[in-house]
Amino acid sequence: MSFPVPTSASAAVVGSFTEAAFAAHLARVAHLPAWWLDRKKAAYARFAALPMPKRTDEGWRFSNFAALTLDGFSLPEPVKLADVHHTAMGITGAGTLALANHRVVVSEPIAAEFAQKGVIFASLQDALLKHGELVRAHLLTQPSKLGSEKFAALHEAFLEDGAFVYVPKHTEVAVPFGVFHYAANAGTALFPHTLVVAEENAKVTVADFFRSANAGERQFICGGNDLFASHGAQITYVAMQDWSRETLALQFNATIARRDARVLSLNLHAGARQARHESFSQLQAPGAHSEMLALTIAHDTQEFDQRTLQIHQAPNTSSNLLYKNALLDRAKTIFSGLIVVDPDAQKTDAYQSNRNLMLSDDAEAHSLPGLEIQANDVRCTHGATSARIPAEQEFYLQSRGIRKAQADELLVFGFFEEVLGKLENQELHDRLSEIIRAKFKE
Amino acid sequence: MKPPSETDAVDATVENPVAGIDQSAGNFSYDVNYEFDAGTGLTENTVRYISSVKKEADWLLEFRLKALKTFLEKPLPTHWATKDLENINFDKIRYYLAQGQKPKRTWDEVPDDIKKTFERLGIPEQERKFLAGVEAQFDSEAAYSNIKEAVAKQGVIFVNSTEGLREHPELFRKWFGKVIPTGDNKFSALNSAVFSGGSFIYVPPGVKVSHPLQAYFRINAENFGQFERTLIICDEGSEVVYMEGCTAPKFSTSTLHSAVVELVALKGAKIQYITVQNWAPNVYNLVTKRGLAMEDAEIKWIDCNIGSRLTMKYPGVVLKGERARGEVISIALANDGQHQDTGAKMIHAANNTTSNVISKSISVGQGRATYRGQVHIPKNLKGCKNNTECDALLINTNSRTDTYPAITVRGDKNATQHEASVSKVSEDMIFYMQQRGLTEAQAMSLAVNGFINDLARQFPMEYSVELKRLIDLEMEGSVG
Repeated sequence: MSFPVPTSASAAVVGSFTEAAFAAHLARVAHLPAWWLDRKKAAYARFAALPMPKRTDEGWRFSNFAALTLDGFSLPEPVKLADVHHTAMGITGAGTLALANHRVVVSEPIAAEFAQKGVIFASLQDALLKHGELVRAHLLTQPSKLGSEKFAALHEAFLEDGAFVYVPKHTEVAVPFGVFHYAANAGTALFPHTLVVAEENAKVTVADFFRSANAGERQFICGGNDLFASHGAQITYVAMQDWSRETLALQFNATIARRDARVLSLNLHAGARQARHESFSQLQAPGAHSEMLALTIAHDTQEFDQRTLQIHQAPNTSSNLLYKNALLDRAKTIFSGLIVVDPDAQKTDAYQSNRNLMLSDDAEAHSLPGLEIQANDVRCTHGATSARIPAEQEFYLQSRGIRKAQADELLVFGFFEEVLGKLENQELHDRLSEIIRAKFKE
Repeated sequence: MKPPSETDAVDATVENPVAGIDQSAGNFSYDVNYEFDAGTGLTENTVRYISSVKKEADWLLEFRLKALKTFLEKPLPTHWATKDLENINFDKIRYYLAQGQKPKRTWDEVPDDIKKTFERLGIPEQERKFLAGVEAQFDSEAAYSNIKEAVAKQGVIFVNSTEGLREHPELFRKWFGKVIPTGDNKFSALNSAVFSGGSFIYVPPGVKVSHPLQAYFRINAENFGQFERTLIICDEGSEVVYMEGCTAPKFSTSTLHSAVVELVALKGAKIQYITVQNWAPNVYNLVTKRGLAMEDAEIKWIDCNIGSRLTMKYPGVVLKGERARGEVISIALANDGQHQDTGAKMIHAANNTTSNVISKSISVGQGRATYRGQVHIPKNLKGCKNNTECDALLINTNSRTDTYPAITVRGDKNATQHEASVSKVSEDMIFYMQQRGLTEAQAMSLAVNGFINDLARQFPMEYSVELKRLIDLEMEGSVG
């Protein structure tokens, strides 16, 4: 093998992701461009060399480490469309792509009107072969900064396929692209990725759906997405995470917004046993805006760990973060967010808010909202609250014959509406609501 | 002993054209012949020396030695705190310096050089004017300690910690090291190993001390470490207000101040602890302060941090009894080269406990102000509430501020809210004031004083005035 060989000491911590596993993976992607394979080899070397995060690391404060094991997983085996019970969930979009265990199982062609304008919607492997330079310029170009450097390297090393959306200058795609990532079979390790590139003044909406083929299967997911908005571009990205309740899921987002660009990302966290989501937004030029939204509906013993970073690198940029968590049963959420304003980023307007709705006496919420401000002419604020539904509101609903469970559901929807209402697309709004509603039926 | 001289006094009489007060009131020092000097560096011998000089009981020596071991074992907390901590050279610090003085009960008895220090800082006037008692600590030991007769007659004890340990062991030992265990952090362990001085206060049940008690801490020597240890116990239904002031002269070498302050408010008691700290810019001020509030008790920390090179201080309250209440009101001002890393901890440990944190910081020049907070509400408690508000004001383009709160809530019967904001002084406001004839510096001082005004009003009037003056001084020359 030509890639750097890790030392035996560090190899001991890589769990299932041994050199042999990596060699097997490389064999599966050998047809892809050499530059990409070289990057994967370098990523594997990083993964092997980096230590596992420790409980005492600030970036992992309050996380449950007992569940964080990389043992017992294997690379995905091919599955058929029928095995994953694919449904487009009513999304009538500009194009649909479904990947099951990293293989494309559905590829609805992009509407002709968009194809003619140069819009690309393809699997990542297709894009690597046909639009290599475009992918190379934007795929995984931002370093991981929120504690998961080792897992980000693992993601790059084993990333096999995903989705690529490219919208050229001055092109608007009014309807969303739908991307479905399915994991099938117990013990499968999956590394999904979605790359969205919007050139100058382009506008696009992309929806990612993350689902397991069957309930009860334990999988390891280490996914990522890159959102790149060039000057004046607008990206709306919605991710609906609904993995099986046994799954361990990590997801890394990197957003870049250039001059006057606007990026809205909304992440719904519903599935997995333990899920960690890291979101890193860079506001690189004046006028850039990033809207970072998340809804978490946590029940049973689920743990959702959310780490965010808003970096303002230029003057006159703005960002708004709103993470709302509803906690039932013995669920646990962690929110750790940081707004960083660089010394030159005067006139920054940044906000960060984490709201936790406690619906159970056993639920546990941790909030660590942070600010690091190095310029003085700014407006930066943050807020965090943790509280229950006021007793009088519950009483009001119950006194009108609504049972407690139903009342909770109604109140959670009321709580979430502030975020859901920011979505302009009704279909996506409905899909999100459907997944949230389903949680109350479990 | 060498007679006191002012040859070392530096810039002692520069007038402040804005506020009309002495710009560097604390910036002078005297040559003192110390009778007891533990030398530089920290070993078991240093600890044994301090303990023998103070003629301590065996259990206390053992306590100190165990603490030393903990201190040596614990790493510096640089995984979350500033790396500037690594610049402290523990081997160059002098851990105990005293003239062999026992605290005097009248000013006449205090040695001339020390008396001059405190007279210059205005301590006797303050005592006469509005204090119920005062203790003045010079380097490692209390030089003067007095309590008004009427207060003493009520059974209130106000002595230094050495005397407290010796004269009132039954009261002292019960709570000593209980609120802040030795191993709480590296600096609490250090203090436990080498502590000297500090206050011991006991207020009997139902006694409400009408006027504040005050302690004044003065670092005179270069390369010195001051490690006072304070324990205040308010018995059931009693009340006390305690104020401390701190100064040190400017030396080119760094000085360490590492105190441990433990407060115990028994059922229904109230303790208010006020600090106005104006350390010189060479002082590392690494302090652990915590209170234990029992049923219906209230502990309020009012903390004003100006000066020092690095301050790390997070006053906390453990709300142990039902309906206990904790409060931290904090003002920090970080000027060029200074880092005020301050905050608050509220640990709720009983039902219906409430806590409130209000923190305001001002960063001037390239000063850095950090708020670090912890709010903890464990499972199965109900009716607990916390409110935290942090506001930061940035004066110059490259001022810096950080906010790092950590809030943990378990269960659905409690509520927390945290809000923080960062802003600068409005240009319109400065323009308005300049239009009316104020200089830019005067306008800025007024704006900054307005920013902290609602908190400054909670200080006793004398301190509030002093605070305003200190801010005026810090703001001078800071704009433009």
